[in-house]
Amino acid sequence: MSEPKKTALYDAHVRYGGKIVDYAGWALPVQFEGLTAEHDAVRNNAGLFDVSHMGEVEIKGSQATDYLQNLITNDVSSMKEYQVIYSLMCYPDGGIVDDLLVYKYTNNHYMLVINAANTEKDVQWMKDNVGNYDVVINNISHNVSELALQGPKAEEILQKLTDTDLSKIPFFFFEEDVNISGKKCLISRTGYTGEDGFEIYMKNEDAEYLWDKILEAGKDKGIKPAGLGCRDTLRFEANLPLYGNELSPEITPLEAGYGFFVKLNKPDFIGKEALEKQKAEGLKRKIVGFEMIEPGIPRHGYDVLADDKVIGFVTTGYSSPTLKKNIGLAMVDIEYSELDTIIEIQIRKKTAKAKVVKRKFYTKQYKK
Amino acid sequence: MEVRNDLYYSNDHEWVSVEGNKAYVGITDFAQHSLGEIVYVELPEVGDELSAGDVFSVIESVKAASDSYMPVSGKIIEVNEELSDSPQLINEDPYGNWIVVVEMSDKSELDDLMNAEQYEEFCSKED
Repeated sequence: MSEPKKTALYDAHVRYGGKIVDYAGWALPVQFEGLTAEHDAVRNNAGLFDVSHMGEVEIKGSQATDYLQNLITNDVSSMKEYQVIYSLMCYPDGGIVDDLLVYKYTNNHYMLVINAANTEKDVQWMKDNVGNYDVVINNISHNVSELALQGPKAEEILQKLTDTDLSKIPFFFFEEDVNISGKKCLISRTGYTGEDGFEIYMKNEDAEYLWDKILEAGKDKGIKPAGLGCRDTLRFEANLPLYGNELSPEITPLEAGYGFFVKLNKPDFIGKEALEKQKAEGLKRKIVGFEMIEPGIPRHGYDVLADDKVIGFVTTGYSSPTLKKNIGLAMVDIEYSELDTIIEIQIRKKTAKAKVVKRKFYTKQYKK
Repeated sequence: MEVRNDLYYSNDHEWVSVEGNKAYVGITDFAQHSLGEIVYVELPEVGDELSAGDVFSVIESVKAASDSYMPVSGKIIEVNEELSDSPQLINEDPYGNWIVVVEMSDKSELDDLMNAEQYEEFCSKED
């Protein structure tokens, strides 16, 4: 294994007492004060995350819109300028290459935000599928740092540092060249926690300055620096998928339960035929929510059993900090996917009973 | 980080308090601190016969499950049931909350463990 890469905020993480781990090839803090304290701060006040490991790719050219229409599952044709949408990107067999955010500047200019671990693979996939489209693909990840300020007090805190009226940026829209404490940033009202908040993109050299400024501005509002540990528990409670858990090349968006982001009514796109067929034939398995009835904490990768056989696997499981329950998401055979079905989770040498429940563990608190 | 003088310590951050043939076993302050908030403790059954190095308990934080290993061989004669409902007691007072009591089958195994001074030295290299 090569040395993990450092984000522009590495020194700041060490300075704030972050416990550094290797995540997708990046040296990032899994926690500062503690996972639960940071999780609660985001739910009740605000948390600041370094998400500079995420990949950013520019798509420019006269056929940028048509190119994206073919590349991804969601519909970019109806996007407004400065809108953001969530989408999946599939292989021809319907398996998932990655999930991503699409930022639209104009019909000829977009920015895609992709997962750190997939950046190289995705960029290659995007290039392999250029065909005759007039587009230029530019991986700008190494020039961009990204912070996520999340929580009910995010707007109030960020507003202290800018003259731009943040209340005018709607949910899933962005603004460029926003002056935050004298630094030019792109900010979107987006996030991965189920709370209101912003994702803030900036030059690497401005990252540490802004990190300190935002934490200082939020000091009396209960802001905390937050690590990857609570990023995962927060997104999980809000039923937001993680690539490698709920999404993978072996899982289709329909099986994962994100069919809303697959627009089968738009003209051809990669994976459309396979997904149409899967929809027509009916799913053989899908991801459900479950709650433990017997003691034990479900974890990613554990087997799910019923009728004395393995009928699936846990995609994510936790002792939920917000709900104080042991809950999880699992891919199960379709005949075990009805609400209230009793299943069993293999936890080390024992099995423990669980019940299929709605996936909406936590109701998202977005400002729409 | 607190280390107590009257205890034995293992490489895996368990402490042992000896009373005749009985060993009270818990995890150290260092261990509870690096685990973070403990949300679940899986206990063995009374009567289980385990060897030094065997897993006797699994301690789970929100983030992950971590195995605890027997510092000495013997039979489990008591488990701390209180931890089933209140696993956070280990965070609050790691030396006041033993996890199991072992009837040691070979007391000479205690010689393989560290004393407080050695353990402190060991931890200083770990972090």
